[in-house]
Amino acid sequence: MTAWQRFLDTFFKPEMIAQYWPSIAQGVLVTVEIAAAVVVTGLALGLLLAAVRAYRLALCNVLIVIFVDVFRSLPPLVAILLIYFGLPSVGISLPSFVVLWGVLSLVLAAFAEEIFWAGITSTPKGQWEAARSTGLGFSETLLFVVMPQAIRLGIPPLTNRTIAITKNTALGTVIGVGEILNQATAAQSFSGNATPLMLGAIAYIVLFVPVVAAGRWIETRFAWRRA
Amino acid sequence: MAILTVSGLRKSFGASEVLKGIDLSVDERELVFIIGPSGSGKSTLLRCLTRLEEPSAGTVTFAGIEVTARATNLKLVRRSMGMVFQSFNLYPHMTALGNVTLALRRVLKKTRGEADALGRSALAGVGLADKAESYPNELSGGQQQRVAIARALALDPKIVLFDEPTSALDPELVGSVLGVMRDLRARGMTMLVVSHELRFARDAADRVVFMDDGRIVEAGTPETIFNSPRETRTKAFVAQLSR
Repeated sequence: MTAWQRFLDTFFKPEMIAQYWPSIAQGVLVTVEIAAAVVVTGLALGLLLAAVRAYRLALCNVLIVIFVDVFRSLPPLVAILLIYFGLPSVGISLPSFVVLWGVLSLVLAAFAEEIFWAGITSTPKGQWEAARSTGLGFSETLLFVVMPQAIRLGIPPLTNRTIAITKNTALGTVIGVGEILNQATAAQSFSGNATPLMLGAIAYIVLFVPVVAAGRWIETRFAWRRA
Repeated sequence: MAILTVSGLRKSFGASEVLKGIDLSVDERELVFIIGPSGSGKSTLLRCLTRLEEPSAGTVTFAGIEVTARATNLKLVRRSMGMVFQSFNLYPHMTALGNVTLALRRVLKKTRGEADALGRSALAGVGLADKAESYPNELSGGQQQRVAIARALALDPKIVLFDEPTSALDPELVGSVLGVMRDLRARGMTMLVVSHELRFARDAADRVVFMDDGRIVEAGTPETIFNSPRETRTKAFVAQLSR
């Protein structure tokens, strides 16, 4: 057996592909569902927190900053294990996909809040003044004038961060969420062959290359020169 | 009859007092020009009038409403006191029409149709009917400032405050903005203008106020202030600007 054959046999064995692609496809579905849910809830929560922070209510802002700093410093894997294995001891037992979705949403929300907040603070003071001078209230100015600009400013860093965090759906494998990596490692241990892992890797690339491309498209679509 | 009365107005930022007791009144249909060296408190004065900056002491009364009273509905006051800024402050994510109609829709609660009609006529009034769909970054500085003027005028204000409206413009674009201000003047709009455009002040102002170091040093007709000022500080400033 040549080295090339051995390579093909290890990573691209046809029988393995035939046998395991359905379970990898199943994993893709789960990954897509969780990733989409994380993006929606994470970004929405981050945006909401940044907007609330703009009101500069002392206690509220302290809590937001603590939340943001904790979830930016805590490795998501630690939070996932802590919640999944810790909470049942106090009588709360959450399904594994809920834990994964929840933790990744909170992590994305923490980073997104910082990005949106940076956008809010870097919106020139003159924008607030112009809006207030026409009789708009604080909330209206925030909603119609400042947030749209903050969101656009945030898009380039947000696309990167969002991609990085949605890829962390792979962490679900440690608590048995049936996503791509979980299906692939299960198949690998049954078969003793690395082909399912290769299928998983290919699935990630096929899944995330369009997301990365979409991110780039969004960046150019919403990049506009400052007046 | 005075539409705007300022008395004993003071403003401090920390330890530094920027306005040291300003008394000023502006009559209906009057164009009052405020000149003075930078840092003399001119812009701060304008911003205190609508409480974009909160005055430290003193009162501002506008059209019978005490603006500085705690309970005053500022939204109501602000929409009848238009404000035009040195740096235009157009909303970059909205078209010219969007800039002009935002407050019409959100403050005056007009429908989109009504707001668009009013907005288009305000833009036509500053000679930019054909730029309604343009974004600020597609417009020259002069055009942007005229959109900003249209944004203030669309709300049908009783006075317009101009804070150095031409200072950020290239010289060749100044004329178009001054032209719009001249039109406004001809239509009898009450205006309070902070600016260094002395020639415009000579032509158009009813009264010129010279400020220095947080105080009004001297006020009078353009004739008096520019040709025979009483105070030496005024004389020096005018001489320097006219050079």
